[in-house]
Amino acid sequence: MIKLWLAEIPPRGRLYFSLLLAVLLAAPLFVDGYALSVLVLVFYFAYLGQAWNIMMGFAGQLSLGHALYFGLGAYASAALYVHFGVSPWLGMLAGGAVAAVIGAAIGALGFRFKIGGVYFAILTIAFAEFTRILFDHWLWVGGSGGFFLPVSGRTGNDILSLRGSPEMFYYTWLAFTVGALILCRAVLSSRLGYFWLAIRENEEAAQALGINTFRYKIFAVMLSAALTAFGGVLYAFYNNNLFPSAIFSISRSIDMLLGAIIGGVGTLMGPIIGAFILTPLAEGLTVVLEPLRDLGFKFDGIKQVFYGLCVVAIVVFQRRGVWPWLRRKLRLSPGGAQ
Amino acid sequence: MPIEVYLNQIVSGVLTGLIYGLSALGLSVIFGVCKIVNFAHGEMMVIAMYLALLAFQYFGLDPLLSIPLVCGALFAFGYALQAGLINRLIDVPDHMQFILLAAIAIAMVSGCLMIFGPNAQNVQLDYAYDSYEIGPLLLDKVRVFAGIAAISVAGLLAAFFRWTWIGKAIRACGDNIVGAQVTGLNVKHLFALAFGLGSVCIGAAGCILLLLVDVQPFLAVEYTLLAFVVVIVGGLGSLTGALLAGVLIGVSEALAGLFIQPSLKSMFSFGLLILVLLFRPQGLVGKRA
Repeated sequence: MIKLWLAEIPPRGRLYFSLLLAVLLAAPLFVDGYALSVLVLVFYFAYLGQAWNIMMGFAGQLSLGHALYFGLGAYASAALYVHFGVSPWLGMLAGGAVAAVIGAAIGALGFRFKIGGVYFAILTIAFAEFTRILFDHWLWVGGSGGFFLPVSGRTGNDILSLRGSPEMFYYTWLAFTVGALILCRAVLSSRLGYFWLAIRENEEAAQALGINTFRYKIFAVMLSAALTAFGGVLYAFYNNNLFPSAIFSISRSIDMLLGAIIGGVGTLMGPIIGAFILTPLAEGLTVVLEPLRDLGFKFDGIKQVFYGLCVVAIVVFQRRGVWPWLRRKLRLSPGGAQ
Repeated sequence: MPIEVYLNQIVSGVLTGLIYGLSALGLSVIFGVCKIVNFAHGEMMVIAMYLALLAFQYFGLDPLLSIPLVCGALFAFGYALQAGLINRLIDVPDHMQFILLAAIAIAMVSGCLMIFGPNAQNVQLDYAYDSYEIGPLLLDKVRVFAGIAAISVAGLLAAFFRWTWIGKAIRACGDNIVGAQVTGLNVKHLFALAFGLGSVCIGAAGCILLLLVDVQPFLAVEYTLLAFVVVIVGGLGSLTGALLAGVLIGVSEALAGLFIQPSLKSMFSFGLLILVLLFRPQGLVGKRA
């Protein structure tokens, strides 16, 4: 099986990918804390972009409310850890399960009532906003005042309860990003993946061929939601603070589609390439503008403005994303890493 | 509680609802003609509110008097957005178009955050605490003014679409784009005009709303969704439907604020949105497409 996959990727693609992976594995040895945090941000965009891409890129269902699943994962694991001392890895299972069930429910409602296109997108936003206000008023998890994880006792890395150094989180994020890539590749070359692509390209034709489109669309939402929730767990334990207004916000939902949109919707490498382009540029921008801050300018939203403009630029100039173009340039095309 | 409390609350809900209706008209016009789902709706409204706030802070202009100025600015913005960007992207798939508008929205709201900061700001009017007493009812002066202004702008818009040549041409584009092209209408120009006019509604609604609400950047998403609620509840493309649904939402929010916590009131409208989407996606007065 693995041999078969590798055979589909041209040798040069394998080489580039191994090189990138080797550099990333060794990175904590020679970069400083700031660069490491930027790389974590890259993984954040790449991983969540990959998760979002399952729904939009593979199965063709647009969600603009993925912050909901992210937040459910984050809050479920954090609350279990703080209130009951449950390990975040178990919390991750719980959060992933909750997100998958909620995702299935939203998907079932939307698909059963034949809500398509923009109405489905609005439905997902409405559920995310609904949940945001719910968490704003739920005092068991801190309400709008925020929910905090204890940061005390940073002596050594405790991977079991995800308490430790930035390096530990770096490797955890990296592992999840690579894991999601492998998982998506596996799913995409399975029966399920082909069903999704058929649904994306022409749902009625897929149905006519006997594919239970309702069921497979629900599977797409569930997998996408669960993976997104895992990302939420990592975020919660890495950042140690959760505010409903930030966790469930629409701009978080936009965060998740950025990598995929910039890199290329429906491609496997797209979200990763997109994240590697987007994040360093945005960080560079803040560094360049830093001296102006002393002159009294405020730059609190500059990254979001930049992200927004990036999407506009992509839609105008390179609608299918950077990766399909880059793949041609690197001559990795035929059957490459998708 | 005495019945007057409910009555007062209902009347103030009606007056606020008229503003919601006016704002939703903007969404409805833009969708009805250009077939663009304006995810940047609330963001444009917040920008209008900030413009009115600036006019008040620097020139002492009452937000109601700054309506023409702000509407002019929003019209120019809407026209430019459609003519310069969206008209070129006619052939992009739907989801890309939604994402494009959502990305513009995020850029706009973050831009507001950079310029104006996260704190809520408002205008201090000397008639802010005046009210009219009609029988058992006690009506806030600002709310009455707001309601009247909203109805006037909506009425002007309706008259424009009904009786002017350009209004009719824009409606023709919305009804049948090929037919409109065949008769020699400049469809791209009319699309841009329609987007501009929709933006005028948004601008006017923003100015009026500033009388009642403190403005801060994060209101934007709420207003985007609120407009979707109103438009979907009222039925897309229906002018009276939008105003009626606006009033309905306004009243239900006002009552929800009375019975449960005011901060929970928008949860109520999101809930309503979800229910309407599921059970009557064509809207309360619309026909199924």
